[in-house]
Amino acid sequence: MKDAQYSVLRKEQFDGFISRLSKLQRVVAPVARGYNNYSFEEVSSGNGISLKYIPTILPPKKYFMPQRETLLEFDTGRGLNSEAVVECEKMTIFGIHTCDLAGIQCLNMVFTERPRDYNYLMHKRKINIIGLECNEYCDEYASCALVNASTPSGGYDLFFTDLGDRFIVHINTQIGENIIESTKFFESAGKSDLEDLTELRAGKRTLFTKEVPVEPRYIPELFDRSYNSKVWDELGERCLACGNCTLVCPTCYCFDIKDEMDLGLKSGRRNRIWDSCQLESFARVAGGENFRKERSLRQKHRYYRKFRYPVEKFSRFFCTGCGRCSRTCMAGIKLKDTLNLLIEEFEETVSTLMEGNY
Amino acid sequence: MKKIALTNSQYIMKKGKILRTRQLTDFEKLFEISLEGGERLDHEPGQFIMLSVCGAGEIPISVSSSPSNISSSFEVCVRAVGKVTNALHKLEAGDEIGIRGPFGKGFPIRIFEGNDLLMVAGGLGIAPLRSLIKYVFDNRRDFGKVHILLGCKSPADILFLDEIEEWNQRMDVYYECTVDRAVPEWQGQVGRITTLIPGVHLEPERTFAVVVGPPVMYKFVIKELLAKNIPGRQIMVSFERHMKCGMGKCGHCQIQHVYACQDGPVFNYDEIKYLKESY
Repeated sequence: MKDAQYSVLRKEQFDGFISRLSKLQRVVAPVARGYNNYSFEEVSSGNGISLKYIPTILPPKKYFMPQRETLLEFDTGRGLNSEAVVECEKMTIFGIHTCDLAGIQCLNMVFTERPRDYNYLMHKRKINIIGLECNEYCDEYASCALVNASTPSGGYDLFFTDLGDRFIVHINTQIGENIIESTKFFESAGKSDLEDLTELRAGKRTLFTKEVPVEPRYIPELFDRSYNSKVWDELGERCLACGNCTLVCPTCYCFDIKDEMDLGLKSGRRNRIWDSCQLESFARVAGGENFRKERSLRQKHRYYRKFRYPVEKFSRFFCTGCGRCSRTCMAGIKLKDTLNLLIEEFEETVSTLMEGNY
Repeated sequence: MKKIALTNSQYIMKKGKILRTRQLTDFEKLFEISLEGGERLDHEPGQFIMLSVCGAGEIPISVSSSPSNISSSFEVCVRAVGKVTNALHKLEAGDEIGIRGPFGKGFPIRIFEGNDLLMVAGGLGIAPLRSLIKYVFDNRRDFGKVHILLGCKSPADILFLDEIEEWNQRMDVYYECTVDRAVPEWQGQVGRITTLIPGVHLEPERTFAVVVGPPVMYKFVIKELLAKNIPGRQIMVSFERHMKCGMGKCGHCQIQHVYACQDGPVFNYDEIKYLKESY
């Protein structure tokens, strides 16, 4: 086992690298999709790839947990016969930002926890990951520094950092090494390449600072004290319960399971499709009882599923700071604003208590 | 895209054959089901299964029979209320359905043993509770005093009438039933189920209470039980929630940080009293 290794890819070789890789297997990467919108899509050359992009409309979770996937095929023609299936293919995702790498790490934890989800695990096994560093903020909605997702911490086979005329590439796994070997466009990194990377990271430390004035380790307590906050009522009044925030979230994985029959009404399949806790029917039982009937309760649930509940279970936040929920919300509900309001309210309560004491 | 068969998927169903059906009321039907090859379901009272009518879908249903049953089949009591349950009601003996599970934490019967039991069911709550009642009757000497309180909307809604008649005859169980709305022929009590609790003679420190019913029922029943000085951890509640996977993933059954499908559906009051979403 060698030490962590770095290689260099000259910018003029990038197109050739992607072209060759795409001949070996399916490659998806961020491409421009109308004004200020990007999407992970299949590519066959490097030219179509947006190397500078704000988080894509949908995060790469769509490859790990497709919007619709068949879990089971059944035939009721002669009694009941069924078979569990997974549809997957080998592929490489190029250009995943650190926020989305963190999102995949969250999903990995959820679906590898027992009872394991073997559909997810099959997708995971088939997908190679090439990360891409953000040298600067994508826009004002991001809060990746707050949740410690602005710099890489694993979760990739290769990781690209743009150094102007070249990329420096961190090789994290043997799979990554194999990609380097099989495409033959890389040079080994020299001292000046590593120095440039160190300098860039040092610069990032002053550029990326926590976007909300709270120590991350106090966030669970902030939420413990905010369960009855009026902030949730305000969110409830504005929320349109469209479910966009959860669909674009890299760590939201709630799903529905629905059967679909062929026209002959004998055979069919059981599909898993994305669902959203923001929809009115999500927690409603057949008898009519609804355990999160109010939009305020559903918004609150979303935030607690990001900042409070997973801390207990997985020792991390399930917010990666990508900003997609804020960017997509039709009612202008912004994650950073919500956290700021909770902090303000908490500080008011504390100061009122203090005044009462003295 | 390549399609691969998964032999270890948690979504694989066992084949279940409907052996018998029995119409209990206009809306509730009892199904006796056997698994392929005579395999036992091997459940605990209070656990649930995921039941599939392929094409209509899959739903969580509590098991109504006791694991102490000699036969290897099991029973579920189903109200026709949605797409899958209505499709299930149309099936007959001989038809095949899909079964996954059992899932979840059932009633802690080992802890109940040697103690008195106060079982309180509202409406369809008798369906999961029947698995415990039957277990207790099959192992009656392992328990102290046994009370069963039943509340229904009207006499026509009472499920398992023939069995209830039998409980009424037994000398080793205190049984009472009340209906919200009586009919002229009704000879029993009239009123909410909470009205039955003050009259029960019990020793709170050695009594475990089990409550199954809709939120509006368990909320008030728990209040009465606490008034009887039964400690919170000795009050067990079984929750009904929307569920899609049974494995703590799909998110539908989540009560704050708790998953009803894995951490429940049976909880003690101390576990859930601070969870606002539990009622």
